[in-house]
Amino acid sequence: MAILDVKDIRKSFGQTQVLKGIGFSLERGQVVSVIGSSGSGKTTLLRCLNFLERPDGGSIAVNGEILFDAADPATQREAEIRRKRLHFGLVFQSFNLFPQYTALENVTLAGRLLAKEEPDYKTRKKEMFERIDAEARRLLAQMGLSDRMNNYPHQLSGGQQQRVAIARALALRPDILCFDEPTSALDPELTQEVLRVIRQLAERQTTMIIVTHEMAFARDVSSQVIFMDGGVVVEQGEPAQVIGAPTQARTRQFLDSYSQN
Amino acid sequence: MELILQQMPVVIRSLNVGFLQTLRLFFVTGLGAIPLGLVIALGSMSRFRPLSLLTRFVVWVVRGTPLMIQLLIIYYFPGRVLNNNIWGSGEAGRFLASAIAFIFNYACYFSEIYRGGIQSIPKGQQEAGLVLGMTRSQIFFKITLLQVIKRIVPPMSNEIITLVKDTALARIIALQEIIWAGQSFLKGSSGIAGAIWPLFFTAVYYLAFTGVVTLVLGRLEKRLDYFR
Ligand SMILES: Nc1ncnc2c1ncn2[C@@H]1O[C@H](COP(=O)(O)OP(=O)(O)O)[C@@H](O)[C@H]1O
Ligand SMILES: [Mg+2]
Repeated sequence: MAILDVKDIRKSFGQTQVLKGIGFSLERGQVVSVIGSSGSGKTTLLRCLNFLERPDGGSIAVNGEILFDAADPATQREAEIRRKRLHFGLVFQSFNLFPQYTALENVTLAGRLLAKEEPDYKTRKKEMFERIDAEARRLLAQMGLSDRMNNYPHQLSGGQQQRVAIARALALRPDILCFDEPTSALDPELTQEVLRVIRQLAERQTTMIIVTHEMAFARDVSSQVIFMDGGVVVEQGEPAQVIGAPTQARTRQFLDSYSQN
Repeated sequence: MELILQQMPVVIRSLNVGFLQTLRLFFVTGLGAIPLGLVIALGSMSRFRPLSLLTRFVVWVVRGTPLMIQLLIIYYFPGRVLNNNIWGSGEAGRFLASAIAFIFNYACYFSEIYRGGIQSIPKGQQEAGLVLGMTRSQIFFKITLLQVIKRIVPPMSNEIITLVKDTALARIIALQEIIWAGQSFLKGSSGIAGAIWPLFFTAVYYLAFTGVVTLVLGRLEKRLDYFR
């Protein structure tokens, strides 16, 4: 069974329809890259999956459980959305670390707050926090940030901040980790260090959706590439096919404009 | 000069009493206006249009008219216009009326500072919290609040220092604060009459107090320097 099944997602802002029926599915451990020119709706798609936008149409199912169905109001209750979000993680283009917390605190904060909702929180608080703390340290070490855990975001480079953000998202063990152009705000050098950790995650079978303009990287790590244009999926398939030998004229045009730069 | 030295102990004792009332008004206003300002800020940012429009209108009126007139209206309107002097004739009533006028006036100023502070926090902070499964109140208290405080401390410091000096306006309804106490030696009080220097001397109190307030707020600002 697919870990993620997205069907016919539609979303309009006012009069403009930004997503015109997006569908795809994803197996556990797969990486799907979403490519497409600016304004094609990639960010909106990720925001819909993370319940930051409410789609006007379509459905989202994780592990067979329908999390959202535009036709079924029972799936749209505000109170349940917060929990449903936890199936997904989202890494933003602009990192969005919490400036008043250290790298380590950024990673542990949400876990600690969620622990409060556990029935045995009062009696096992110390043990829970130790576990959350240990996990955060492990993740930051995995991101190559062992010596930066106690630094505040403004003391870190963009690449380091983004790696903290990745650790922060991983700490809640989402089923699917989404990246929205994770390296677009970074210099080429810093881009590489972030791509390296994402590549590592792919090798460890982390299920991911990556919106990116790094074609070589997408071709390398993805099991599937989706090319979006004007709110629809124009072409979708193996990376070697979509990026290497696109069948659609629009895909070719897009890729050509990239190789020229 | 010799005369002034002679008068000094009596005058100081009397000015101290007045200054205590000044301090009381200052702290009561701060304690009331700081939270009330937040309520007004939330009102003016409400998604319920009538509420936000009404709040913004009230803030506009309060900020657009002199505090002195607001004081006069609050103190005299019930008695002179409605024939129901709810404040009585004593110092306690004058203090209550002053406190209400000051709290409301300053809350309106603070609310605008809060609103600016809250709206200056990038939306990405809230969204990062949401995506991590936090509730709206967790996001406010654990993420947004401290960032807002950091941003509003400098403009709030300005307002608070202005407040120290604005308390003198309560003299207009004869609140027995330090200006009133200083002025009393002009007409005659405790055997001293026709002395203007006590009134001038009150400036020293204000200066010392704004100095202390500036120092305290400066330290608060420093303490929030650890992040950006
Ligand atoms: N909140 C919004 N309100 C109005 N229009 C929006 C909003 N968010 C995105 N859009 C519009 O939707 C289109 C797709 O945006 P986006 O999903 O950010 O594309 P991409 O990430 O592929 O560049 C753009 O034309 C953008 O202006
Ligand atoms: Mg985008």
